Amino acid sequence: MSGAHGEHGHHHREPESVLSLRVRALESLLVEKKLVASEAIDRIVSAYEEDIGPHNGAKVVARAWVDPAYKQRLLTDGTAAIEELGFGGVDLQVVENKAGVHNLVVCTLCSCYPHALIGLPPVWYKSFEYRSRAVREPRVVLREFGVDLPESVEIRIWDSSAELRYLVLPERPAGTEGLSEAQLAELVSRDAMIGVALVRPPAAAAR
Amino acid sequence: MEPVPSREIADMTGAVALPRKNGELVFDEAWQGRIFGMTVAMSHEASFEWREFQAQLIAEIAHAEREGEASSYYERWLHAFERLLTDKGLVDREALAERTHEFETGRRDDVF
Repeated sequence: MSGAHGEHGHHHREPESVLSLRVRALESLLVEKKLVASEAIDRIVSAYEEDIGPHNGAKVVARAWVDPAYKQRLLTDGTAAIEELGFGGVDLQVVENKAGVHNLVVCTLCSCYPHALIGLPPVWYKSFEYRSRAVREPRVVLREFGVDLPESVEIRIWDSSAELRYLVLPERPAGTEGLSEAQLAELVSRDAMIGVALVRPPAAAAR
Repeated sequence: MEPVPSREIADMTGAVALPRKNGELVFDEAWQGRIFGMTVAMSHEASFEWREFQAQLIAEIAHAEREGEASSYYERWLHAFERLLTDKGLVDREALAERTHEFETGRRDDVF
C-alpha cells in the first residue's frame, strides 16, 4: 500500500471512495471511544505486511509426511500440489532429502525465494557470502549452520530463479510417529526448508 | 501481548482467506489496511473474539455470493466489522453515518 497514504486528506484529487470515508469515520469514532489506537493499527498492518513466516511451507511438509500420495504429487508438480492446500502464486519444485542425499537452496544471482511458503528471506540468504559459498563449499557452509553431514552424503545445490523456486522437503525425524499433522508442522523450520538445518524430533527441538 | 501476526488470523483458509500476492498481504487501497488493522487491534483489546468476527465475515461473504454482489473482499470485511460493532453496541449506526458525512464534507480530517 505504499504511496496510498499520501493521497488521503487531499480532496482536490479524485473524490475519496465512500468506503474509505466510512473506514475513516469508524476509526475516528473508535479512537474517540478509546476502543482502539491509531498507532496500534499502524503496528499491526506493518507486522502483517512484513512477516508471514514459514507456516505455509511447514504445512506442506507435514502433509507430505503423513500422506504418501500427496508427497508423490508434491515432488512431481510442486506448483499444483501447493495449490491443493490453498497456496500459490509461485512456480515451485520440491526436492526431497533422503538417505544419502541432502538438498540445499540458494539464489546465486539475487535472492529468489518462495515467499508464499516461508515468508521473507533471512538476511544471510541474500548475502554475497552465502550465495557464493553455498555453491563452492556447501559442506563447509552446512557445518557452519550446524549440519555436519558424512562425506558419503551427496549434496545437491538448487539455484533459484525468478521463474522457478525450490523448497526442500526435509526428512521426517524418528520418534514422531505419534504426532498429528499440526504437531509435525510445528517442527518444521524455515531453515530446514532452505536446507541449512535438519528437522529435530520434539525432545531435541525443545532443548 | 498477542502474537503478531497471529496464526489464527494470518492462516485463515477458504472464502475468508486474506488476499495475498506471492504470499504477502495485499491492500489495494489504504483503507483496506486500516480496516484490517482496526479489526485485529480490537480483537487484541478483547472487544470481541477473533472467531466472532470470522463468523460474521463468513456470513457476509456467503450473503454477498448468494446475492451475486460484485463487492471486494475488504468491502465485505467492512460490512461484517460494522455489523459486529453495532450488534455489540460499540458503535451507533446514526453516529457512524453522521461521522462519515463529516469526513465527506471535509469538516473532519483527523485520521489517516
